[in-house]
Amino acid sequence: MQSPGRGKSKGSKMSIEMIISQIFNGLSLSSILLLIALGLSITFGIMGVINFAHGEFLMVGAYTAYVLQKIFHGQDGGTYFLISLPVAFLVAGIVGFILEKSLIRFLYGRPYEGILATWGLSLIFQQTARNIFGANNVEVTSPSWLAGGIELMNGLQLPYNRLFIIAVAALSVFVMYLYIYNSSAGRRMRAVMQNRDMSACMGIKTKSVDSTTFAIGCGLAGVAGCVVSLLGSIGPSTGQNYIVDAFMVVVLGGVGKLSGTIAGAIMIGMASPLFEYVTTSSMGKVIVFALVIVFLQWKPSGLFALKTRALD
Amino acid sequence: MNTEKLPLFRKAQWPYILAALSLFLLPLILSDFRLNLLGKFLTFAIAAIALDLIWGYTGVLSLGHGVFFSLGAYCMAMYLKLQAEDLPDFMVWSGLTDLPWFWKPFKHLWVALPMAVIVPAVFAIIIGIPTFRARIKGVYFSILTQALALVFSILFIGQQPYTGGTNGMTNFQNMLGYSLSDSSTMRGLYIITAVALIIVFVLSRWIVNTKTGRILIAIRDGENRLRFLGYDTSLFKICIFALSASLAGLAGALYVPQVGIISPSMMGILPSVEMAIWVAVGGRGTLSGAVMGAFAVNFAKSYLSETFPNTWLYFLGILFISVVLLFPKGIIGLFKKFRKKIIEREEIPADGQQI
Repeated sequence: MQSPGRGKSKGSKMSIEMIISQIFNGLSLSSILLLIALGLSITFGIMGVINFAHGEFLMVGAYTAYVLQKIFHGQDGGTYFLISLPVAFLVAGIVGFILEKSLIRFLYGRPYEGILATWGLSLIFQQTARNIFGANNVEVTSPSWLAGGIELMNGLQLPYNRLFIIAVAALSVFVMYLYIYNSSAGRRMRAVMQNRDMSACMGIKTKSVDSTTFAIGCGLAGVAGCVVSLLGSIGPSTGQNYIVDAFMVVVLGGVGKLSGTIAGAIMIGMASPLFEYVTTSSMGKVIVFALVIVFLQWKPSGLFALKTRALD
Repeated sequence: MNTEKLPLFRKAQWPYILAALSLFLLPLILSDFRLNLLGKFLTFAIAAIALDLIWGYTGVLSLGHGVFFSLGAYCMAMYLKLQAEDLPDFMVWSGLTDLPWFWKPFKHLWVALPMAVIVPAVFAIIIGIPTFRARIKGVYFSILTQALALVFSILFIGQQPYTGGTNGMTNFQNMLGYSLSDSSTMRGLYIITAVALIIVFVLSRWIVNTKTGRILIAIRDGENRLRFLGYDTSLFKICIFALSASLAGLAGALYVPQVGIISPSMMGILPSVEMAIWVAVGGRGTLSGAVMGAFAVNFAKSYLSETFPNTWLYFLGILFISVVLLFPKGIIGLFKKFRKKIIEREEIPADGQQI
């Protein structure tokens, strides 16, 4: 509404380079959303808790990268960043593990109260970050080896940092796939997701499955935070920028299936930059939201819902 | 049947009458500043009742009530803005020379006030029909309404020429010819808000005590059973969602003239979640709990944010968590527990005498 003229002129200029770079940007956003949504979807599938503080684990990961950069200040061409990926996973995972043990486990099966409590948690996290690192955003310098990009054709460059993000997400998904579908721990996790009581009867320690799963989900969000720091400055509310989109991914993809989360992340990640490009950034968000609602008319429980005969 | 039905006014009605009376007596003792603050809290209490109808009674947690509140508030703000200036200042800055067509009717209070109630209801119906018909429920609905809050706040920020952008609307002068900065106008607005709160309270109490109210509670406790019995539960949910939205819009319309500003920050996710916390603190599923929760949290918030400006968000966060973990039934739940203990203590000797 604000500037239909501008939108049109942009649209007419849309060339093959533009389309490719849009797809590419969409893919890198999808990768970040995927890393966040994986944890959300698994914890919701297993524990019935929607973790509104999940975005704050992304923030924890982002600040981990920042702290490591300070520690390794000026030493090298940025190997610190490679180290910060596993460290962010560990830090966010450990914080998640502690929180699961101390707070989240009291919220199982109480989804609404879970929303409120985890929301309170996110306020505490953000305020803590503000007190430690200041309210202003901080900059994480991209390593020098991620500067530049592949020149595909004239005027079209695929930046290395976005390629790196996609690679990190792909690797994480691959590892998660191996974990969920090819390891005994993953088998226990799927069992608990399908039928908690029965798995407990078969001797699975459901409580430790819960806390491990939650910690892994948080760790993935931490990795996401690390790679987000490549795209821009980070701040106490960094997590908030991504969390609603990540929720949309979970709603679209369905709960508890890797394939659903991947499909949802690609859909949301591709759609939002596209519509924001064609219209304006505010109208783009409106269109994506409307499309999600329309989509849910067709598949109310997401693309790949777990098949169950239970009514609720 | 009669014994089953909760009477509108039963023996224990005196606390309500007392509370209502004190609302009208407070202007005599409070300073203008405090009264203005209290008037703001009264509008929050109306919003809390609205949310309690949909969450506490029907079991559908909407995290988008900040949107409905703000839509009502914006309708009122448009009227107030047009009272102050022929062409609002932000339109001038954005280069608009004429008033947009949808702004024109808001010159009149008798358009703006009904619109403050109708517009939120219409949006609630637009959102409610596709979601409830598709049987999207539980946290999915909460997530969608949360996204709604985000989308609306982004939309309002983006449409600067029509909505005032990030800064929203402020600098109101007068209303129906009365200056808003006058002490008497402020007191009048306070009284109007108090009356509105009482009407909304009685109306909501009537609704939850009718058969419809029973159906709402049944939707909360076992929607599938109700559906098997032949009730169209989504219709009930759409209706109560629309009603709740319009009450929230009314609260917003009363909020603006007293606070003097409305911006997209009231529309975002945080205010919407805060509304849920008011209801949770008071005790969801009880109307008086919603009112008490709105008062308690906002008093605490204004006290803490004045006293500890840097750390009060910690308190808010801890409040969120502790309410859920320690007092899941809120203030009303504590009351009931306490009263039950007293009754038990009184009853034991009585039983003894009977033997």
